[in-house]
Amino acid sequence: MNQMLVNGIVLGTIYALIALGLTLIFSIMRVVNFAHGQMYMLGGFIVYYGTVVYGLNYFVALLLAIVLVAAIGALFEIFLFRRVLRIAKREENSMLLAVGTALLLENLALVAFGEKQRGVPPVVEGVFEIGDAYLPASRLLVMGMAALMIVGLLLFVQYTRPGRALRAIAQDKEVTYLQGVNINRMSVLGFALGAALAGAAGGLLVTVFAVNAGMGTAVSVKAFLMVMIGGAGVTAGAILGAFALGFAEAIGYEIFPGSLTYLIIFVAIIVFLAIRPQGIMGRTS
Amino acid sequence: MSRKRTTAAILVGLLVVFLVVIPVALRDAPYMINVLINSAMLSVIGAGVWVTFAIGRINISQGAFAMIGGYVTAILSTRYGVSFWLCLPLAGLIAAAIGVLVGLPILRLRGVYFSMISLSLTEAIRLAFLNGGQFTHGASGIVNVPRPDALTLFGVTLIPAFDGASPLPYYYLAIALLILTLLTLWRISTSRLGWTFRSMRMNEELAASVGVNVAKYRVIAFGICCFIGGVGGAFFAAFHQNIYPATYTVSDSMSFMVFCFLGGLDYIAGPVVGAFLLTISFEVLQPLQQYQPLIYAMLMIGFMLWLPNGILSLTSWGSEAVNRAPETPLASATSPAAPGTPSAAPKGEA
Repeated sequence: MNQMLVNGIVLGTIYALIALGLTLIFSIMRVVNFAHGQMYMLGGFIVYYGTVVYGLNYFVALLLAIVLVAAIGALFEIFLFRRVLRIAKREENSMLLAVGTALLLENLALVAFGEKQRGVPPVVEGVFEIGDAYLPASRLLVMGMAALMIVGLLLFVQYTRPGRALRAIAQDKEVTYLQGVNINRMSVLGFALGAALAGAAGGLLVTVFAVNAGMGTAVSVKAFLMVMIGGAGVTAGAILGAFALGFAEAIGYEIFPGSLTYLIIFVAIIVFLAIRPQGIMGRTS
Repeated sequence: MSRKRTTAAILVGLLVVFLVVIPVALRDAPYMINVLINSAMLSVIGAGVWVTFAIGRINISQGAFAMIGGYVTAILSTRYGVSFWLCLPLAGLIAAAIGVLVGLPILRLRGVYFSMISLSLTEAIRLAFLNGGQFTHGASGIVNVPRPDALTLFGVTLIPAFDGASPLPYYYLAIALLILTLLTLWRISTSRLGWTFRSMRMNEELAASVGVNVAKYRVIAFGICCFIGGVGGAFFAAFHQNIYPATYTVSDSMSFMVFCFLGGLDYIAGPVVGAFLLTISFEVLQPLQQYQPLIYAMLMIGFMLWLPNGILSLTSWGSEAVNRAPETPLASATSPAAPGTPSAAPKGEA
C-alpha cells in the first residue's frame, strides 16, 4: 500500500514535468507538440552519450540535454511553426506539421542512435525505507530535481516579465500584442521552455528507465492523457493530471498484469471525457 | 462541359489502365501487384478518415477500426467457418457499431482534444486485443485465416475461390472495393449529407443553430469512417492470412490520416493519391530503405510548409464536386429547402 503511494508520488512528479511542457506550448501556440515524447527521448539519449560515452559529469550532461532540446524547440518554432501557423487555412495544418516533426525526430534518432535500449547508471546509491515501502535514492534525486524545476518554472511564469507575457499570450494573443509584447520572441521562448522540460524529464528519468529511439509516441500518449485529464493549457490541470495518471499507473501495476492497466486507464479516461470533455480544470470554449 | 468530359476521359483511362493494362503488364511481377494491392486498400482505409476530416475532426483512430475488422474476419472465418464474403460487410458493420458507441461520447471533443483521444483509442483497442485471452489469442494473434472462398448465389458461382497462386484475384477485389469506396464518397460529398458535413466543419454552432442535428451527423460520419476501416481491415486479414495486435499501431493510424492530407483534404481522390504515392515511392526508394521513414517525415514537413493543401491543389481536377461555389447545388437541389437549412430546421428553435 505504502509502496504504491511512494511510486505514485515519484511518477506523478516526473509526469508533471512532461505535462507542464506540453501544456505550456499548447497555451501559447495552440499547437499540440506531438514531438514531446521524442524530445523526452532525445533528452535521455543526450545524457546517455554525455555520461556513458563521453564521460561527462551527469549534471553537466543533463544541462546539455536541456539546452540542446530547448534549441530544437526554438528552431522548430522559428523555421516551421511560425510559417505554417501564418499560412494555414485549416487548423489541421499545424497539427499535421507537429506530427511531421515527431516523425522527423524519431527517425533521425533511429539513424543516429540505432534501435538499442540505452540506460544510465543511477547517480546516487542507496535505498530509503519509509514504513514498509522502499524508495531508492536515485529515484528520490530524480523526483527532487523534477520538483525543483517545476517550482522554478512556476515562479518564472508567475513573477518575471517574460513569464507574465507568456501568461498574457495564453489569455489573449491580440491584446497582448497591442500591449507591445513581441509575440514572435515570446513564442520562441515558450516553445523552447516546453521542449526544455521534455528534455529535462528524459535526462532525469534515463537514470531509472532506459530509453530507445522508438519510445517517443508512448511518452507523447501519456502526456496527452495527463493534459486531457487536467484540461489543456492550464498549469494546475497539468500537474493534477500528471499525479492522477501517476497514481493510476502505480496502483494499476500492483493489481493488474502488465498491459491491462493501461487498457483500464484508457477506458476510464474515455468515460471521464464523455462526462467532462474539457478535463478537470479546463475552460469551456 | 469540356472539363467534365476531360475528367470523364481521365477516369475511364485510369479504369482501363488499372483493370486491363496493369494486370497484363505485371502478370510476371506478383510483387508489384502486391504493392498495388496494398496501395489500393490503404487508400480505401484512408478514404474513411477523409469522411471524418469532412466534419472537421482529425481522426487518428482508423488503425483501431481496421484492426477490429481484421479480428472479426479472422475469428468468424477460422472458428465458425463463416464465408469471407459475409465477413467483409460484417466486419464493416461491427466496426461501425463500435465506432458509433465510442463516437457518441468522444465526438463531443473537438480539435486537438479529439485527435488526442482518438490517438489514445488506437492504443486502447490494441491493448484490448492484446488482453483478449482465448478470444483473441493475445500477442500471438490469429494465423491461418482462410483465403476468400467461392461466392455462389443460387448455385451460380459469381466469384471463384482465391487459390493463392496469383495475387490477381486480390488485386481485382482491392480495385473493386476502391472504386466502390470512391463512388460512395463522391455520392456523399455531392449530396445533402456532404453539405451538412461541410457546414459542421466550418462552424458547428452555426450549423446547429440552423437546425442541423450536429450530434447525429458527426456520429454518422464517424460510423461511415469506421465501416470503411473495418472493411479494409477484413481485406488485409484475408490477404495476409493473419492478424496480430501489432498489425495496426498508432503510426498506422497516423499514416491513414497523412494519406488524406498529402493528397489534399478538399479532394475525394486525396487519400488515394496520398496512399499510392507514398506506398509506391517507398518501393522505388527501396535502396534507401533505412531512410524511408525519415524521408517520409521530411516530405510531411515540406508539404505543410510549401503545399499545405495537398498535391491535388496543384491541379484543378477532382475538386469540382467539393469546392464548387455554393450556387451550383442551390440550382441543382431537388429538395424544396436550400442546402444548409435542412427541413429539420424547426428543431433548432429550442
